[in-house]
Amino acid sequence: MLMQQLVNGVMIGSVYALTAMGATLIYGILRILDIANAAAYAIGAYLGWYIYSISHNLLLAFLLSMILTGLIGVVIQKYIYYPIISKPNVIPIVPLITSVGLFTITGDLIRLILGPNVKEFGVVFKSGAIKIGKLIINPEWIFIIVLTAVLFAILWFILNKTRLGLAWRATAEDSEIAKAMGVNTNISMALSYILGYGFAASAGIMVGMLYNSISPTMGDIPSYKMLAIIVLGGLGNPVGTVVAGLIIGLAETLVSAYMGSILPRDAIAFIVLIFVLLLKPSGLVSKKSA
Amino acid sequence: MYFTVVAVNVGIFVLLALSLNIIIGYAGQSAMGHAAFFGIGAYTSALMTSTMGISFWISLPVALIVTGIIGAVLGLISIRLKDDFLAITTIGINFVVVAIFQYSEIFGASLGMTVSKPLFFGVKMTAPMYLTLIFILIVLTCLFINKMNKSWFGLALASIRNDEMAASSLGIDVNKYKVLAFTLGTAIAGLTGAVYAHFMTFIYSSDFAFIVSISIISMVVVGGIGTIKGAIFGAVLLGVAPELFRFLADYRMIVYGGLLVLMMRFQPQGLLGDNSFIMRNISKIFANIKKQKGGGQNAGNA
Repeated sequence: MLMQQLVNGVMIGSVYALTAMGATLIYGILRILDIANAAAYAIGAYLGWYIYSISHNLLLAFLLSMILTGLIGVVIQKYIYYPIISKPNVIPIVPLITSVGLFTITGDLIRLILGPNVKEFGVVFKSGAIKIGKLIINPEWIFIIVLTAVLFAILWFILNKTRLGLAWRATAEDSEIAKAMGVNTNISMALSYILGYGFAASAGIMVGMLYNSISPTMGDIPSYKMLAIIVLGGLGNPVGTVVAGLIIGLAETLVSAYMGSILPRDAIAFIVLIFVLLLKPSGLVSKKSA
Repeated sequence: MYFTVVAVNVGIFVLLALSLNIIIGYAGQSAMGHAAFFGIGAYTSALMTSTMGISFWISLPVALIVTGIIGAVLGLISIRLKDDFLAITTIGINFVVVAIFQYSEIFGASLGMTVSKPLFFGVKMTAPMYLTLIFILIVLTCLFINKMNKSWFGLALASIRNDEMAASSLGIDVNKYKVLAFTLGTAIAGLTGAVYAHFMTFIYSSDFAFIVSISIISMVVVGGIGTIKGAIFGAVLLGVAPELFRFLADYRMIVYGGLLVLMMRFQPQGLLGDNSFIMRNISKIFANIKKQKGGGQNAGNA
């Protein structure tokens, strides 16, 4: 039973980490809390569902949906966020409200175009569930955990081993100095959005597969849970985000499994967050220590 | 009747926008969970009148004080966090508070709470009476905010908003004033909640959800952050619009979201904020009138 809950928790947690990664990358560069990342999550899920229903190729669905959503992100960054944050004296609440607006628009557009009802995702894996003693592991879960690991490995490689990643880290450290040193910060921003929205899209498809349903409101819960996770991870710290995602995933599954429904599942993330912030106001993994 | 009900609802939004404006506009703190305090006030007064049988008129100031105290405690905890952390913590507070309403038996849990209609000198309160009450509260709040702005406290808030570092170097206790602003804003929201609960006669946890906080913020932002006229204008505009555009009901959220994005992109100071395009034109017109008047007077003197 405990093993089963742990496996569930790790899987949910890795999906959370993937969802929140986009927001982390974007915060790292632009210092924007981008709630619209949850919109990318819903758009990605719908694109993935559409591509899969035509091609019946899951990998193609993931790849195309991630690229398309990433490109949407770049357009939004270039024409909406960048002009807003490049004005002098922006109060921090302004980009945040913008992202809430974008998120509202997206959810409603999906509802108006494709209808309010829940759609079945319809991915069927041929092999049945693997049973080890009492432990049951569905093939989707393995697929999701492996894919998440691969995506994080790619992210780690890009950020730590390529010139593009070096530019990203320099911009995140201090965008003015980076610019003065000849780093093209525009490319770093675009990279944040293409990777961030792409990751959110893949998380959307995974959740769609997992629960076999997608709906226009599917981004609502991730939109705020994602915020709790990125703060817990120390705002703008990719490693912290993975740790925080796993912690929230585990905390949720364990609390709801062993303590019943004292609290709604979706409030747990914030309770963990408030406690951690009380003890450590800079988040679980602060920038300095990472 | 229909008109009065809409007017009371808009009035409640005006009060909420004015109170949030104290925190966001005057103190410059990104508070994103205002609906939580609106709810705390509503449930406090509902508990008092409907469960304990205390008069509505006593529950009003109690709701104000209780919400203010809770606001002060949460403010003390969260104000030390910087902008973005504060925004997220207040969103969190909103979710946790709604969860408490939804899961505690004394708050009616998932059944909501039925609130008895209050009496005013032996007569059940009617919608026009609520309208009068709300109107009085709005006037009082506006007078209070005006007074506050001209006081030492208001000046301290303005300095914190403009440059926190400079303010604290001049010996202003930044945290104290921020928490005070947070307390005042949340207390007024609590008072509004008490009126709301008794006007609606039924409250449910989702009446105070995060989406409500977002609408209040939108009102402040669309009207103009940091001004009384902006907060009132925004609340009236966004409160009346859904009634006027009922035929567009299906597109409401899209229009709402679109409005937010467009405002932030092109007019982040709001429609009636300082130096917005409307205010620029209005002040130009006034300047012209003044000039003409002044010219006329001069001519008269000559």
